[in-house]
Amino acid sequence: MAQLIVDNVSVSFPLYHTEGRSLKKTVLAAASGRLGEDSRHRLTVEALRGVSFTLNSGDRLGFIGSNGAGKTTLLRTMAGIYEPVAGSITTEGAVTALLDPGQGMNPDLTGNENIRLRALFNGYSEAHIRKLQEDVAAFAGLDQFLALPVRTYSSGMVVRLGFAMATAILPQILLMDEWLLAGDASFLDKARHRLETMVRGAEILVLSSHRPDIILEWCNRLIWMENGMVKADGSPEEVLAAYLPPDQFAHALEAAGKAA
Amino acid sequence: MVDAASSFRYRQSMLMIAPGQDTAGPGSPPADAAPAARLIIAASHSWRERLRLAMTDLGATARLWPLVWTLSLFDIRLRYRGSLLGPLWLTLSTAIMVAAIGVLYAKLFHQDVATYLPFLTISLVLWNFISTVASEGTTCFTQADAMIRSMRMPHSVHAARVVMRNVLVLGHNIVVVALVFMLFGTRPGLDCFTLLPGFLLWLADAFAASLLLGLFGARFRDIPPIVASVMQIAFYITPIMWNPAMLAHRGLVRAIVELNPFYALLEIMRGPLLGLPLDPAAWQIALAYSLGLFLVTGLVFVRARPRLPYWL
Repeated sequence: MAQLIVDNVSVSFPLYHTEGRSLKKTVLAAASGRLGEDSRHRLTVEALRGVSFTLNSGDRLGFIGSNGAGKTTLLRTMAGIYEPVAGSITTEGAVTALLDPGQGMNPDLTGNENIRLRALFNGYSEAHIRKLQEDVAAFAGLDQFLALPVRTYSSGMVVRLGFAMATAILPQILLMDEWLLAGDASFLDKARHRLETMVRGAEILVLSSHRPDIILEWCNRLIWMENGMVKADGSPEEVLAAYLPPDQFAHALEAAGKAA
Repeated sequence: MVDAASSFRYRQSMLMIAPGQDTAGPGSPPADAAPAARLIIAASHSWRERLRLAMTDLGATARLWPLVWTLSLFDIRLRYRGSLLGPLWLTLSTAIMVAAIGVLYAKLFHQDVATYLPFLTISLVLWNFISTVASEGTTCFTQADAMIRSMRMPHSVHAARVVMRNVLVLGHNIVVVALVFMLFGTRPGLDCFTLLPGFLLWLADAFAASLLLGLFGARFRDIPPIVASVMQIAFYITPIMWNPAMLAHRGLVRAIVELNPFYALLEIMRGPLLGLPLDPAAWQIALAYSLGLFLVTGLVFVRARPRLPYWL
């Protein structure tokens, strides 16, 4: 059973490169109370403030909120990249985060070399690395491109490689940012199919997106983030009804209805 | 949390996947996949908790050595991808430099080429390792920012990568040393069994220095140029191009030589290779400085490790 508990998590970023006083004042005035000073008078941005929720197997959680609301920071914190300043994250199960299309890949290395690095990071054996390379090649439809450096790929190809790599290693908890939508229509179908298989195997999916139709289609729970805090937490319909203007909400419901 | 409408759609979308249609999905879980261990990341200010996490970080790097090895190998390969000679350039450029400088300086210092050239070769090759580890160590985390910010990974992997990469470079350069030694009939002494503990100490020092300089370099962006200047000065005040014996009669070098950690480190490797007897004083100085380095690195790493991703 996979589980993910976010308990009263706060994250704040130090701003080291803005020492100037005037700049400090400008920024302080501009940002609605989310800037504070820490004990040593360094400027910090409180990206997350007291966020709590628990996810269990089968949960498909969406995050929605304006730019800078803390969605991506929360995903990174859940992935264990940023360690929280207060609170704790407990995960049970292998976590994979698809946060940016590059996926920490080295653009100068070939697709196959990047897959090998990812496999070694997961502690795979030589035989398994080859199997993973074949699996990714088949799923991403990149065949001969895998022998070329990643920087020669189109952005869509990078997305396909990143997604194939992240899901081929069978995560129990998958954290995704919205860039996945850069794939073409046929790839989106394949991606959906693979994710559905994964979620059916009682795993956890966390998705951050600006698109209500995607949220309605993929998620069974939605959290609305605002200013680094949870503004609303509930079913996608409830939360979206509060988040969107009524006409857009109706439109999104309609779009999601068609897709399903 | 799941209301009737969404759970209905959930079931509906699940129904779309007929049993036989499953083939495009991921295969069965691999036998060697990561086990579903429970991981708790809690904000903590207790040193004991931080020490535990730092040790976990180091342990994870030790287990990931195939990754460290492959990363280093790819680094070297990438550097020479598309060049005709490939990594052979490492060997060749060292050989060219040693030949040019060796002949010129032997004349300048009034030295016999047959004794000066082997000394210079081994000194330059060893110094190259020290100074490259120091300069690349300062950027070991800033260069790996894409990796650090996309997945949870032990941070010490990036320091180990710098060490491993430079060990590979050293391996290429050792060929030149071997050739020069053969050419001039230089033989390692009877005390060359100390080369093994010496090299292990070098590896430990290189790892600690990369970790320490990398953390400082990530937090303070002025560190890389500062370290570059310091290493430049160290190159001139350390007996690398010159032999301390050349200046012994002037009596001014003892202080510089005896307090210089680089000299002691060089000497514990260079001495046995050039057939000199064991130098206990050099070992003492090297061990004392190393111990200090490990202590400082340990404190800084335990303290700064959780903050590193925020600095990138």
